[in-house]
Amino acid sequence: MGEELKVIVFALGTEEYGIEVDKVRTIERLSPITRVPKTAAFIKGVINLRGVVVPVIDLRGRFNLTETVPTENSRIIVVAVADMEVGFIVDSANDVIDIDADAIDMPPEIVGGIKAKYLRGIARLGEGRLLIMLNLSEVLNKNEIIQLEQLEV
Amino acid sequence: MDMNAYLSMFIDESNDHLQSLNENLLRLESEPEELSIVQSIFRSAHTLKGMSATMGFEDLAALTHEMENVLDLVRNEKLKMDSFIFDTLFKGLDALEAMVQDIVGGGTGKADVTAIVASLQVILKSDYSPAKAAGQAQAPAAAAATSAVPLVAEEMLLDEYQSSVLLQSIESGHHVFHVQIAIRDSCLLKAVRAYMVFEVLERSGEVIKSNPSVQDIEQEKFDFSFAVFIVSNISKEELEAQILNISEIESAVVMALDKESLAELNAAPAAAAAETAAMEEALTAVQSPKEEQPVRPAAPAKAPASGAPAGGAAVASRTIRVDIERLDTLMNLFSEMLIDRVRLEQLASEIKRSDLTETVEHLSRVSSDLQSIVLKLRMVPVDSVFNRFPRMIRDLAKSLDKKIDLVITGADTELDRTVIDEIGDPLVHLLRNSVDHGLETIDERIAAGKPETGTIYLRAFHSGNHVFIEVEEDGRGINQEKVLQIAVKNGVVSEEAASRLSPDEINMLIFAPGFSTADKISDISGRGVGLDVVKSKITSLGGNVTVDSAAGRGSKFSVQLPLTLSIISAMLIKLGSEKYAIPLSSIVETGIIRKEQIVNVHGNRMIEFRNSIIPLVSLSKVLESPDYDENEEQETEIVVIRKGDKWAAVMVDEFIGQSEIVLKTLGKYLTNIEAISGATILGDGYVALIIDPNALIK
Repeated sequence: MGEELKVIVFALGTEEYGIEVDKVRTIERLSPITRVPKTAAFIKGVINLRGVVVPVIDLRGRFNLTETVPTENSRIIVVAVADMEVGFIVDSANDVIDIDADAIDMPPEIVGGIKAKYLRGIARLGEGRLLIMLNLSEVLNKNEIIQLEQLEV
Repeated sequence: MDMNAYLSMFIDESNDHLQSLNENLLRLESEPEELSIVQSIFRSAHTLKGMSATMGFEDLAALTHEMENVLDLVRNEKLKMDSFIFDTLFKGLDALEAMVQDIVGGGTGKADVTAIVASLQVILKSDYSPAKAAGQAQAPAAAAATSAVPLVAEEMLLDEYQSSVLLQSIESGHHVFHVQIAIRDSCLLKAVRAYMVFEVLERSGEVIKSNPSVQDIEQEKFDFSFAVFIVSNISKEELEAQILNISEIESAVVMALDKESLAELNAAPAAAAAETAAMEEALTAVQSPKEEQPVRPAAPAKAPASGAPAGGAAVASRTIRVDIERLDTLMNLFSEMLIDRVRLEQLASEIKRSDLTETVEHLSRVSSDLQSIVLKLRMVPVDSVFNRFPRMIRDLAKSLDKKIDLVITGADTELDRTVIDEIGDPLVHLLRNSVDHGLETIDERIAAGKPETGTIYLRAFHSGNHVFIEVEEDGRGINQEKVLQIAVKNGVVSEEAASRLSPDEINMLIFAPGFSTADKISDISGRGVGLDVVKSKITSLGGNVTVDSAAGRGSKFSVQLPLTLSIISAMLIKLGSEKYAIPLSSIVETGIIRKEQIVNVHGNRMIEFRNSIIPLVSLSKVLESPDYDENEEQETEIVVIRKGDKWAAVMVDEFIGQSEIVLKTLGKYLTNIEAISGATILGDGYVALIIDPNALIK
């Protein structure tokens, strides 16, 4: 038995993803987003989170999935990594589960179209259910965003 | 006894004393004859010694003690200051500062000070014995001189007008007194007591001269004693009794003056001059092998008397020290409240109930008063940054063998603490740059027909919503040819682009990354990291730096800084569905233009505005507005903005109004967004971005 991990489970399309609970600040319903000009397309803008201005990115866009119109179930998961607070727009966030650290496998090269470096691993939850654990510092890697911006120009 | 409770107080006060020691030593270096400065240096050193001994910092106390011994000799005119003594004392100060820093960092304040102590003792003993022997011969003479003009300090001399007034008063039978008043050093409001003394004095006569001046006394700029000349119609005893009647007065020494003593007073400067001459003569004379003993006793007798007032001096100011964190918290809480206030104002205007509107209006007034106070609390005089520069320039000048005068003006100009904290390093860079690259060596200056002492002006002043800090020197100026050569060589600009640059643009090249014009790398500046770091730092503070230079006549660096970084006045505008804020400080005015007023100049859209042609900027294009395009309109609102002396008109959709906004950053994830300097939260809870007008003017 490895270490127990508490994980927030959220969905993008048909796949389920996980972020450790201690990295998550809060989960919010969608609130009005102020667009920030001249930024990458997946950066949706900034929101007012109880007096603090927090940037919001669309995780679908970040992983090059097709972006969809937000629904009633859409949520903003605000994570805090290395002094940065960023909100992720996800299709839904509905569960907190305990998983065993031993149940996390190294990711195969390509999973669901997402580059392997964004992943920390894949957790088997039984009954064929797979949970993709995100590597947040890679997802929020700014150098890559700068490269992306330069490609767009 | 637990000393920790007093530690922070000790650190604060030691820093104050070290600073004043530094300042006074520098002053003394420029006016070595001014013994009153030695007095205040001695007092600071003495207090510092006492404090460190009480707190158990032995090394600190020991070193201060040695420095005090030297100062004591100087104070009693048994030793003349020279550059060796100054250097040693400055070294001592540096060591003291290092020890205090160590204590701040949680250390024990221990340091090896034997080298400095040794050189101080050399000054005290062997090498300087000729001076001592001379001093000894001269001591009785000095004593005689002091007794002839008791209580009258050098600066207490009367000018011609004043002495003629006194003389006439004596002739017409009035009493003329010299009164020396000392206020008890436990007194908290000494200016008030002094005021009461003046009231008594003026009731019975007329004050002819006071030292320090009445203004200084009113502003508490005096130690616990002051002296006046007064023409009075009451007797000496009466006057004395009246003054002593005021509480918290330690002593009042009234001395009646007659014609003779007045004449003696006026002769004092001449006597002093003669005395110095006599002393110099004595210095050159062969020393007699007499004992050094007779000289010593005078010192201990005086020390306690002058030590006492110094201890009280720091206590007397009417300020308290507050932890900076608390001020920050206060500021944050206030920002939250401001957002709610705007929200309330909006609700009140929607609900339209008169008593609600009135209450909200009152709240608004109170909160704007509160805002100005909260902002003022955080304002710090720029002196807290400037005060370390005279010393720095002195040391740099010594090490580079240049002669430099640093002239500081506007040190009382106030800036937000957040700006103050950040501005020190860029200014150090600029000053070092001026000393190293700007000012010529003494030989070069003489060859160029300039005075051999170069001058650096450091000025601070307010202008509108900004504070300007200028560093100007009368050195060689920027060599534009050389700048261009190096810029091209280092790939800062292409050769082709270089040929098209205006002189101003060439000057600005020195701020480009990786640029350095120094022929050789020195440890002062010139590693090519200086000026571009300065520029990026100042830009990150929302400021701007420019340079103005004339070859052979010197250069002027001008730093423009915002007054505060936390709350600003801004114009809110609309661009289709989006709202933005433009800082009011860069707005010249607003207006409306019609389509036909727009002219095309060389492919750029311009308009005529107040007799000049200024560029027209499309905000919707810059910000890639999704739902607004000014081309569809016949008339467009414009905001005329300014950056230095460049103007531009920015087209917007609609004005919303002026508002106080709280600056928020976009966080670490979103940095360096073009044309956006930050964000703010509006009354309705929405986030509005703040436009950086400087980015709109190319």
